[in-house]
Amino acid sequence: MSLGKLLERLIQLIPVLLGVSLIVFVMLALTPGDPVQIMVGEQAITPEQEAELRRDLGLDRPMVERFFLFIANAVQFDFGQSFYHGRPVADVIAERLPATIELSLVALIVALATAIPLGVLAAIRKNSIFDRLATVGSLLGVSLPGFWFGILLIMLFAVHLQILPVSGRIGYASEVPTVTGFLLIDTLLAGDFAAFGEALRYLILPAITLGLPMTAILMRVTRASMLEVMRQDYITFAEAKGLSHRRVIFRHALKNALIPTVSVAAIETGSLLGGNMIVETVFGWPGLGRLVVESIFLRNYPLVQAAVLLYAITYVLLNFVADILYTVLNPRVKL
Amino acid sequence: MTVLLEVSNLHTEFHARAGLVRAVDGVSLKVSRGECLGVVGESGSGKSVTFSSVMGLVRSPGQVTQGAIFFDGRNLRDLSREEMRAIRGRDIAMTMQDALTALNPALTVGEQLAEVLEAHDETLPTGRTARRTAIRDRSVEMLGLVGIPSPEARLRQYPHEFSGGMRQRIMIAIALACRPKLLIADEPTTALDVTIQAQVLELISDIRARLGMAVVLITHDLGVVAEHCDRVMVMYAGQVVEEGPTDQVIGAPCHPYTRGLLASIPRPALRGQPLTPIMGQVPDLVGLPPQCRFHSRCPLAQPQCLVEVPMRDAGPGRRSRCLRLEEMA
Ligand SMILES: Nc1ncnc2c1ncn2[C@@H]1O[C@H](COP(=O)(O)OP(=O)(O)OP(=O)(O)O)[C@@H](O)[C@H]1O
Ligand code: SF4
Ligand SMILES: [Mg+2]
Repeated sequence: MSLGKLLERLIQLIPVLLGVSLIVFVMLALTPGDPVQIMVGEQAITPEQEAELRRDLGLDRPMVERFFLFIANAVQFDFGQSFYHGRPVADVIAERLPATIELSLVALIVALATAIPLGVLAAIRKNSIFDRLATVGSLLGVSLPGFWFGILLIMLFAVHLQILPVSGRIGYASEVPTVTGFLLIDTLLAGDFAAFGEALRYLILPAITLGLPMTAILMRVTRASMLEVMRQDYITFAEAKGLSHRRVIFRHALKNALIPTVSVAAIETGSLLGGNMIVETVFGWPGLGRLVVESIFLRNYPLVQAAVLLYAITYVLLNFVADILYTVLNPRVKL
Repeated sequence: MTVLLEVSNLHTEFHARAGLVRAVDGVSLKVSRGECLGVVGESGSGKSVTFSSVMGLVRSPGQVTQGAIFFDGRNLRDLSREEMRAIRGRDIAMTMQDALTALNPALTVGEQLAEVLEAHDETLPTGRTARRTAIRDRSVEMLGLVGIPSPEARLRQYPHEFSGGMRQRIMIAIALACRPKLLIADEPTTALDVTIQAQVLELISDIRARLGMAVVLITHDLGVVAEHCDRVMVMYAGQVVEEGPTDQVIGAPCHPYTRGLLASIPRPALRGQPLTPIMGQVPDLVGLPPQCRFHSRCPLAQPQCLVEVPMRDAGPGRRSRCLRLEEMA
């Protein structure tokens, strides 16, 4: 794929992103509740003070103007002030983002690392006990509510067995300098392996909880596409060549079977964002998801607006990535 | 000529929803070293399944249930998976019926050629770079052999970048890469247009002569058989119905089915005469009664044919599964 084609596809994303922004803007504008009233709360203020606040927030302008202002500011990463934190929204989000990205990436890795081998094995041993168990397991995996499964894990591993921490991101004992914001990387940069292990211990349960539905979906996709591929003539031909079973499975079958798995994984990564809000709340994970949940309760509109926009953009970009991966993995498809 | 492949009383069955399908029902055949055996028969007569059984590649729900497959003195049915794997691709190679789907779309042609050499060729050097160079040279040589222009550059391409005829050639190149003793070519030309058909068949004949390899040529086309095969075997509904030297079988068939097949193809010598297709259809392979399977379509059928008909001698090197073969001359 040429760089020009890639750029062309990226430019095509602009109208999509504009549309997404508009929806986010309108949705929040239409949400009941006056932000000024909520900000002010019980405090008594004069009508003049209120009008001034309204002007500061730009709420006195017409909707259309407010939208363009929102866009113009958004492209400069200016999402206004967070009422609650008294700081720019962008700063607050940037502070929380690494924790969420780290958790999501680990969840993604956990999901891929379990789903692909399990899916392949289920396909190879189709209709075996293992296959049936895997099918039931994946059904449970997509249907179990995340908060319930998370609490179950906490009760088992943290409360009952006491081998993993209940909640939070890392023990207070290990203080490492923040470089990337990703604790797994920062601890390694600091050469503090004990802290790295500690960070990992805090990550395990939330990552598994977050990754569970994705694991289940990816396993089913891998199994189905593997079965489909194994029926193809080119697999018979590969066997007729006298190649080892391993090579037929991993080189010939899996290379083709992974095309749908990878595309679905990229798209499903978007749905991890939604899962984050629940999982971060259950595990006290100091990430964006929990921040958004808190902000919704506090009617902290500028922050919610920015976060929702960020989610939407991420989702659109991940779909774009899925497309690109599909073409890269599939030599037959040209952009 | 010594016998290379001897199949006796082969049975391959499929457990289908409709019932037990006897796709191959008591097939016996011989292929001598360097010989070309033609296999003809209508669609569904069991040609492909017979030779997938020989390769040990029948997939579930299919199963070889009976018979012996002697190749080079060993019964392939007694071999372990590993032993069978060592023979496949090295001693017996196969090309598939559909070249468009037989090559892996996600791997380059070069890789698909290299891996078969990697799996079987013991003459390759052991040093890494020397080995890679040797494999590359052999791959280039093979693509050149099957007539693919600028082979070096094309090794890096994917199957979809080649035409149907070229893919057929690539599949043949892969099959021939380890100089097998036997090539099973399953309808190597059906998907191709006429001029390319002729080229591919010439190629196979040419290489056969050069490598002294035996060929099983599965085809619908008796013209192809007449031109390229020493002997021919006619299959009908999972059984061999006639077998013998090509010129004799085509010149004087001694089974009504073979005669029907010959009458249904256009021949230059008979231009102007009407073609007579065989009436009726191939019987359903599920729950066949024990009688001559061609009975329902046979112009010579008689009540006494409603018994199980064995293969019978029909002259030197010839056999036929017909009770009335003597009357056919
Ligand atoms: N997977 C399968 N399940 C059930 N029956 C099968 C299966 N594969 C083959 N058969 C049966 O085996 C019979 C023989 O099939 P085969 O592919 O050998 O025919 P063929 O002579 O090669 O025909 P063609 O000329 O169309 O290639 C078919 O009629 C079909 O009923
Ligand atoms: S045995 Fe009878 S029915 Fe069968 S082919 Fe011969 S003549 Fe026809
Ligand atoms: Mg066939």
